[in-house]
Amino acid sequence: MIKAIPKPMEEIIDNVKDFNKLLIAGCDGCVTVCEAGGLKEAKVLASALRLYFTQGGRQAQVDETSLTRQCEKEYLAQLSDRIDQYDAVVSLACGCGIQYLAEMYDKKIVFPGVDTCFLGVNEERGLYSERCQACGRCILAETGGICPIARCSKRMLNGPCGGSEGGKCEVSKETPCGWELIYERLKTLGQLHRFETPTVPKDWTTSRDGGPRKIVREDLRI
Amino acid sequence: MSAETPSKLQKMIKAGHLAVTSEVGPPRSADGEVIEHKAKMIKDYVDAINVTDNQTSVCRLCSLAACIRIKQMGLEPVLQMVTRDRNRIAMQSDILGAASFGINNILCLTGDHQHFGDHATCANVFDLDSTQLALTVKMMRDEGKLLGGHEFEVRPQMFIGAAANPFAGPNVGLRVARLAKKVAAGVQFVQTQCIYNMDTFKTFMKMVVDRGLHEEVAILAGITPMKNVGMAKYMQKRVPGIDVPDSVVQRIGGVPKEKQAEEGINFAVEQIEELKGVEGIMGFHIMAIEWEEKVPEIVERIGLYPRPQLAA
Repeated sequence: MIKAIPKPMEEIIDNVKDFNKLLIAGCDGCVTVCEAGGLKEAKVLASALRLYFTQGGRQAQVDETSLTRQCEKEYLAQLSDRIDQYDAVVSLACGCGIQYLAEMYDKKIVFPGVDTCFLGVNEERGLYSERCQACGRCILAETGGICPIARCSKRMLNGPCGGSEGGKCEVSKETPCGWELIYERLKTLGQLHRFETPTVPKDWTTSRDGGPRKIVREDLRI
Repeated sequence: MSAETPSKLQKMIKAGHLAVTSEVGPPRSADGEVIEHKAKMIKDYVDAINVTDNQTSVCRLCSLAACIRIKQMGLEPVLQMVTRDRNRIAMQSDILGAASFGINNILCLTGDHQHFGDHATCANVFDLDSTQLALTVKMMRDEGKLLGGHEFEVRPQMFIGAAANPFAGPNVGLRVARLAKKVAAGVQFVQTQCIYNMDTFKTFMKMVVDRGLHEEVAILAGITPMKNVGMAKYMQKRVPGIDVPDSVVQRIGGVPKEKQAEEGINFAVEQIEELKGVEGIMGFHIMAIEWEEKVPEIVERIGLYPRPQLAA
């Protein structure tokens, strides 16, 4: 799932301080799961902003809501009858949701309320880590179910660099070396032969290198 | 070591001599004289001179320009190339450019992460990794083909090298498998990470020899003399992938400060003497970091000076 973190309060205040009517729009999708941008976080942010305006002696209206998903028009449409009453919206959705909201209401000023970080997993509450870079051509069959593109700092495809030590990445001792993990897993699975043949240069066109991406599924389109 | 090239380094190894290589680090300025000065210090004592490519992710005068300068001095450069900073278009372009000046040796590296360098906030490339760079050079040399499929006549005659680090644990077996993979990709010689932990290195070499890899790739043992105990501690704690046992730190630190440099050289010489007896070692890569002036003394003391002259 997409992982995000709340933006620093000072940054949000700096963006909205000159407006009088604000809507804080959460999203019930990924950002709710990682507790960065759901209804709960929208309420907390709205309260904090109300306090900020009150302390500054300002009369400002700050309301909150949360949409089922901000990456779908049908759910964004839920705002259509009320969005005009606000000067600006702070969206707590991921980068996709923020942009789709701005695209749908193209005359409304929209600010981001979170920093969208990566595609990852919930290791524990409050501990999320990256697993996929959405390169568009999955190689997990070859690498024991562990992705070297997401988990090697140099996205190497033929084994670890010379900088890993004790099974940890040279960039951070907190980060396991992706290739050590792959090697151990292939060994456990009795598939070390998969490591032996050099992997040829990757076709990155399906990754961000190919430009903005689009999926057209004719089988699903009406 | 299949394909034959005009590389003097390759010829030296093929003739059965223990090869000696060293390296020159380009300056962090446009001062090309520095390269000339450093190359002159070591030129009679080595068979080839590596030129590092923005090592430790610190921006420096480029490896290719420095290699051309060294080539024009009548010496034998080894073009180090990291995949961190350039994509496959730029790297193939540089290989063609290097070959056009008669540069015949390349060391294919992935490179340190930029996190360590003087531009920690930059984007990285890593379009290819070191193994894929070796595959690419081999394709250009043996098939006269670029990765994009274009075929050409005048091919780069590169003796293809790579690095090997037996110390990036915990799996020595993985490091041997990785060397085998590089060899399968076309690597003909490797220069190892600086050796301080002789036990681990010997374990690695035994596994290499057991697999017969030493007959397919020339292994040059990497040696970096310690200047003082501060350097030993720095290498032990700060440099990724280097294994400095406590005993080495204690040895260098166990003599008075003014004697530590001499002790560092003594230790390097002893290591090389010991490595001469290790099966599969075809030579030495002496990386005297900002200490090039000590290379002649080391080469003389290990009995590998004067360098053999190859028949033209």
